[in-house]
Amino acid sequence: MDAAGSDASPDPAPPAPPSTPTNGAEMLPRRRFFSRLSTAVSAAAAVIVGVPFIGFLVAPLVRRVPREWRAVGPVDRFAVGETVSVTFQDASPLPWSGVTARTAAWLRRTEDGGFTAFSVNCTHLGCPVQWIADARLFLCPCHGGVYNADGTVAAGPPPRPLGEYPVRVRSGRVEILTSPIPFA
Amino acid sequence: MSRLLAWLDDRTGLVTWTRHALEHPVPPRTGWWYVFGSATLIAFLLQVVTGIALATAYVPASGQAYESLRFISEQALMGRFLRGMHYFGASAMMLLIGIHVARTYLMAAYKYPRELNWLSGAVLLLLTIALAFTGQLLRWDQTAVWSVIVAAAQAGKVPVIGTDLARFVLAGDTVGGATLSRFFAFHVFFIPALVFLLIGLHLLLVLRHGISERPRLGQPVEEATYRARYDAMLRSEGVPFWPDAAWRDAVFGAAVVAVIAILAVIVGPPELGRPPDPSILQAYPRPDWYFLWYFAVLALTPTSLETFIIVVAPLVFGAILLLVPLSNTGERSVRRRPWAPLLVIAIVTVIVSFWIAGAQAKWSPDFAATPLPAEVVHDTSAAVVEGARLFHSKGCEFCHQIAGHGGERGPDLSNVASRLTSQGIALQITNGGPNMPAYARSLTPDEVQALVAFLSTRK
Repeated sequence: MDAAGSDASPDPAPPAPPSTPTNGAEMLPRRRFFSRLSTAVSAAAAVIVGVPFIGFLVAPLVRRVPREWRAVGPVDRFAVGETVSVTFQDASPLPWSGVTARTAAWLRRTEDGGFTAFSVNCTHLGCPVQWIADARLFLCPCHGGVYNADGTVAAGPPPRPLGEYPVRVRSGRVEILTSPIPFA
Repeated sequence: MSRLLAWLDDRTGLVTWTRHALEHPVPPRTGWWYVFGSATLIAFLLQVVTGIALATAYVPASGQAYESLRFISEQALMGRFLRGMHYFGASAMMLLIGIHVARTYLMAAYKYPRELNWLSGAVLLLLTIALAFTGQLLRWDQTAVWSVIVAAAQAGKVPVIGTDLARFVLAGDTVGGATLSRFFAFHVFFIPALVFLLIGLHLLLVLRHGISERPRLGQPVEEATYRARYDAMLRSEGVPFWPDAAWRDAVFGAAVVAVIAILAVIVGPPELGRPPDPSILQAYPRPDWYFLWYFAVLALTPTSLETFIIVVAPLVFGAILLLVPLSNTGERSVRRRPWAPLLVIAIVTVIVSFWIAGAQAKWSPDFAATPLPAEVVHDTSAAVVEGARLFHSKGCEFCHQIAGHGGERGPDLSNVASRLTSQGIALQITNGGPNMPAYARSLTPDEVQALVAFLSTRK
């Protein structure tokens, strides 16, 4: 391993530049061409890499998940006038979703025999509201939002009533249509 | 050894460069105020090291992350310690970068020619906040899941593109398999890469312009004269950075690491909450301490100002941060910039006030409230006892205290009968108010009467 400076001979003189005074004027357009060419091919390469990068990141914005009807139990399991939480699977869970593919709704069997499925997300900032059966109120644990049994705002910061999922009865079973978390 | 170094220096130039960097003259008597920048860097490096270790065992998949965190915390060798270090390292980094920004602002070190030192630091501050937020979510328990949803809900408040932004945050319509991987990629690759780049730029600028000297009253910064004066000062009184100034950085940095390690051992990492199952509705999401003040802001903001606070205020904050170095000449001393300490004190006071409010969270219903004990009810007449029972079962106690039992959302009702008549109490119960539900629909007249009977005994 040589230490620096052991080779005492000075560097040879750099070779003369290939250009000579006679063709200097022609070199300028050549250099301009090369510099533009280099910039252009680099930009093209950046686009080749950048488009899939950005496309992949924003893919969730354009990917439309199908909506599925999910059975949450037989009709007669739900007493008239009561509100209970039901759990169902997201529309198309990824194989590694595990428990995060589960969603809940507050299902209410109304006095006329129909069903209302409320989103559990507070319309203020999305926290999970809890049904207090005796008080017949939904309470939000985050910022103190309160909703009536029919989902209308009773008190606190929520700007809108609780969101609702489409719900139907098929062959004696209550089914809920999977839906995006209702924001804005 | 010296031959090896000489060879290395010939081929890389790094030895000479490092020597120049370490021995470059710095202003004398900089003192302990100058250690917070290097300490922030040390905290960041600690995060990189502990983060790499944790990443070797963490599974960044929505369905498995929780189990891998339990493995790290309960079974892996030193796993609990490393998680603790990473948590308190994050806390230290937030705290230290805050102090560093405040110190730089108070001493007006952002003035000519160091405007870009400030701007690169401002971006680093924002990136540190982003790291803290994404990192909190990687502790993929119930609170993390609901924090993602709250973040998406805030994004959803942005006009026009809100829904798309919310979908971008969740990586879909709901929390699911794609959500966590995205935060993992940002927390572990994308943001740290940007932080490394900006720290490089920040340090390069520190070397280029030198460490700012202590401000002196009556010595304003002028573009025409500053550099010559600074260079002359360095020539006459400058001291080598290593070791004359660096020893303080080393001592303080080592102390920071030691404190983090001690906290990691004694306090340990934050407990894992329930599993990240969005269908478990018994949830009380609270952010980590560094965002707890913002949690309070969101709770206490009037609805009419909400979009402004969520969408516009952060932009205004960012803009102010970027506009600070516009005033890049003039006096640096705080005595000629009296608004500077006032502003810092105001910001700290506001954050600490909201922080205390967030820790108490009086606006949240007390879901753990238990029926009032007989000695509190005191009276044994049937209507009063029934009223006391209803006070708990109908949810009144979630928000109102009596003799220290119950929530703090609404007024304390221990002495309500001394300020309201029975009629007034009945009206309040049936009609409610802006922050209280009207109970007319959910209580029978008998129940209202029982409640009034009970509350009328509270004098």
